[in-house]
Amino acid sequence: MGTSFGRGGATTFQQDLQNSDCILIMGSNMAENHPVGFQWVMEARERGAKIIHVDPRFTRTSAMVNLHVPIRPGTDTAFLGAIIHYILEHDRAFKEYVVNYTNAPVILREDFKDTEELDGFFSGWHEDQNRYTFESWQYGSMDGAPHMDKTLQDPRCVYQVLKRHYARYTPETAAQICGIDAQQIIEVAEALCANSGRERTSAISYSVGWTQHTAGAQTIRGAAIIQLLLGNIGRPGGGILALRGHASIQGSTDIPTLFNLLPGYIPMPHALAHDNLKDFIESGSAMAGAWGNLDRYVVSLLKAWFGEHATEKSDFCFDLLPRINGDHSTYRSIMDMLDGKVKGFFCIGENPAVGSGNSGLHRRALANLEWLVVRDFNEIESASFWYDAPEIESGELRTESIKTEIFWMPAAGHTEKDGSFTNTQRLLQWRDKAVEPQDEARSELWFYYHLGKRIKEKIAQQAEPHADPIRFLTWEYPETGETREPSAAAVLREINGWDAQGKALSGFGELKADGSTACGCWIYCGCYKDEQNQTARRKPGSEQNWVAPEWAWAWPANRRILYNRASADPQGKPWSERKKYVWWDEQKSEWIGFDTPDFAKNKRPDYIPPNGAKADDAIAGGQPFIMQADGLGWIFAPTGLVDGPLPVYYEPHESPVRNLLYSQQANPCRRQFPRPFNESNPSPSELHGDAFPFVLHTYRLTEHHTAGAMSRSVPHLSELQPEFFCEVSPELAQLRGLIHGDWATIFTSRAVIEARVMVTGRVKPMILQGKEFHSVGLPYHWGSRGLVTGDSANDLLQITLEPNAHINETKGLTCDIMPGRRPRGEAVPAFLNDVRKRAHMDVVT
Amino acid sequence: MGFFTDTTLCIGCKACEVACKEWNKLPSDGYEFTGESYDNTKELNGNSWRHVAFIEQLGQERDTSRWLMESDVCKHCTHAGCLDVCPTGAIIRTEFGTVVIQDDICNGCGYCVVACPFGVIGEKQEDHTMGKCTLCYDRLKVGEQPACAKACPTESIQFGVVDELRERAEKRLANVQARFAGAQLYLNDPNDGVGGGGSLFLLLDKPEVYGLPPNPIVPTKDLPLRWRTAGIAAALLFGAVVLCAAVRE
Repeated sequence: MGTSFGRGGATTFQQDLQNSDCILIMGSNMAENHPVGFQWVMEARERGAKIIHVDPRFTRTSAMVNLHVPIRPGTDTAFLGAIIHYILEHDRAFKEYVVNYTNAPVILREDFKDTEELDGFFSGWHEDQNRYTFESWQYGSMDGAPHMDKTLQDPRCVYQVLKRHYARYTPETAAQICGIDAQQIIEVAEALCANSGRERTSAISYSVGWTQHTAGAQTIRGAAIIQLLLGNIGRPGGGILALRGHASIQGSTDIPTLFNLLPGYIPMPHALAHDNLKDFIESGSAMAGAWGNLDRYVVSLLKAWFGEHATEKSDFCFDLLPRINGDHSTYRSIMDMLDGKVKGFFCIGENPAVGSGNSGLHRRALANLEWLVVRDFNEIESASFWYDAPEIESGELRTESIKTEIFWMPAAGHTEKDGSFTNTQRLLQWRDKAVEPQDEARSELWFYYHLGKRIKEKIAQQAEPHADPIRFLTWEYPETGETREPSAAAVLREINGWDAQGKALSGFGELKADGSTACGCWIYCGCYKDEQNQTARRKPGSEQNWVAPEWAWAWPANRRILYNRASADPQGKPWSERKKYVWWDEQKSEWIGFDTPDFAKNKRPDYIPPNGAKADDAIAGGQPFIMQADGLGWIFAPTGLVDGPLPVYYEPHESPVRNLLYSQQANPCRRQFPRPFNESNPSPSELHGDAFPFVLHTYRLTEHHTAGAMSRSVPHLSELQPEFFCEVSPELAQLRGLIHGDWATIFTSRAVIEARVMVTGRVKPMILQGKEFHSVGLPYHWGSRGLVTGDSANDLLQITLEPNAHINETKGLTCDIMPGRRPRGEAVPAFLNDVRKRAHMDVVT
Repeated sequence: MGFFTDTTLCIGCKACEVACKEWNKLPSDGYEFTGESYDNTKELNGNSWRHVAFIEQLGQERDTSRWLMESDVCKHCTHAGCLDVCPTGAIIRTEFGTVVIQDDICNGCGYCVVACPFGVIGEKQEDHTMGKCTLCYDRLKVGEQPACAKACPTESIQFGVVDELRERAEKRLANVQARFAGAQLYLNDPNDGVGGGGSLFLLLDKPEVYGLPPNPIVPTKDLPLRWRTAGIAAALLFGAVVLCAAVRE
């Protein structure tokens, strides 16, 4: 999303779905996992919109829609490719939008070669290093504005490259990959085309069904291309809605728990590249667009963190920021734990021993730590793995030889603490504490604040420079009550930022690079405008316009639909009365509408930047994507993704079939970790590629929350889905002798688990390249602790990552299944050895 | 007051079941995997006062494949069998027109269980009195709507004045009939065997598909007639005895 449009967040908000004429829900089980937001889909359906669900299973979402298309897990990019093919083939793009607001007319370099020319690779591939270099993907001319052909006829313009790239993604070919009829793809494509244009808009909604694949980012890029071609971004009822996996996941990327980002998507400095602030700003800021002001964001952040110590003389303490020198993502860190390179680990709000892909490997990693802090409501599996785990049962790990010292601490629940959630649509909503936490349970804020205070006290007397980052850190928040709970509102106010007089800022436009402003996260600037907690606003929807701008606060600048300049035509008039949203008012000489305009308020639609203009001044009046250096929506991504400027269909890392489109089987850039306990099941073209014949995919149910820590301990939720089960088609049940309600054993080369059998017509066999294939569906909520227990589906998985976001493939692997209960104890490793032997996996693949 | 449960809008999230149990402090009903689609609570009883039924209708044709979901609840019948048979007077008709069991009066005899044509009532685990939906009597008293209706994210469960709900149900049926095959109203007719429900439903198939009786009749319907018949028989018997005695004399 960030690459295509400029910001890594949903372009719209859930309430806006009610305005859609067609909604494509794909890679998402919205009704089950986002039931509250799904009311807006129902609202659209009741208003006559066509609702489509493309998903391997017939779920509670499928039950509510007009059309359900069951594709094979992991084939989304092929399906979307066929839709793009349809749009281009039948000339159904919204031309005026495409020509003016996207980079379709941009002329590409002569040395750029598409996958069409290089059989599944782009130019810049280095076989020996397994990676691309990106020079040839850049625009033909980078001096000032890129060269364009607004007639879209030049054979090297993005539009023509796109046409050639997608020529082979015919509905017929995609249908064979996805295991459906070509007619089903055409029906979806036609619905989207018929419901897009001046008068109508279509929305696309996705979740982790798209992201948890080795080509996840490219699938989302496919959706971005469709929405740009059809002119659906920045307009009411349009957009792409990224539904996040759980509460405040959006918040945890905005103010990140990610290793490579600082707050507000500012990159983390690199140990070798960024010696000082000047270097960092120069390498990170763009000449045009909002990133042209990177210096203001970074300096204000440093002021918020290091206060009086951050001065021009001290380079604003830039030197005190941590540095990265490679990949330190979750899964990489797990490997490092296994190798003894990571000694300690804080496990907060997650339960990797159940919830992470290849959880067995995670448990082995935890068992290799010196210390582990687990904060949760209960003693979850990630805290009990040293005496209660499959590896202990099988004798592969022994309690007495696990040296990890575990600090298990009770955490306060969300009703027991103040704070904000940043939800799926970038909306910050404040919640007040309803009850005091019981006994010794404390909020995370309390924990980190007091831990920080103690560390600061201990380090205060140390004069060594390595203590400076902690010594100089601002760490003062008002404390209340017996427990000395720090004020969450004061933290939010710091995130919002203040000026030289200490007055709360009202927006990131006020940030300065001279050290006179402090701001903890520039995109959140304005959330404490006028000294009011804007996120705590609760004016009912019935008392304001349908956008409800006075309910809570959304980043950036309380905008609900991003890039909303695109809801007006190049002259600034709404594309149609029916779809008006933000438009240019000539008399007032400003942009007005139902939402905060995502555009400089007084910038005329016919504004042309003068030579040498910088930052936002370099964005023309007709360019809605103000975060991009060229102000355009990127159909072609010249930079930002490591695995290609356009989406390419590759098979999942583990797949039952050959890639029909290219001789390259899987994403060549995927990150692999070949090692014991993380073996890959062989896939076709490799020997014995049929050893694990069934497609395995994992998912969630409404009744439980992720790895179960918050639901398996609650009687009222546990009784609703008390046992781990697998969902199989009647055909597979017959093939393997599985009995409904009885037990089945499911295995991969990593693990063997058991589950109750749910034989259901909601799962159907797929015909792939003329042959029948089956899938095994597994909800992953269970573990060994809690009121209801069961084996963990994630034990079966393998860790191979998407190369951009480092997300694990969890929704399209291979497995085998047989009736009956699994082996136990020492029989488990013997069984798995046997399985690997039968698949001829003597060597680690 | 009553419920209109519109199953065309139900997404089977079970928020109603959970909200009901949380508000009414009901215990879990056990942790048993039933294999009956996604329904593991199986039925309405003394500990589960809302229950979501899941019916899989999946043929080969995707166009006709359906997964029906319906949140079931006490019907708060106009002619309530449970109320008629309760020997202790524990079951009352409230000022809201709803049927409520007062657990401090109920002695747990269970007559109401067999008198309910819908099988709604059961014994409460906690105190062995009889339990069922009260339409959140305590919430209504303070002007709040029942917990299940409040929690429902898609307005599948609507709360209101029964006459208005009946009207709304009729309108809704007319609106959806063309879109949903088999759409029909249930318990909206005041002349049916229970005098119409205080809970009415818009279903997508015959009631029996959801485990609901197609023509529910309150078992006490013929009670006045029976009492009359019994009265006449007793009178006749008494007359005969008197007559016999007179003859003997």
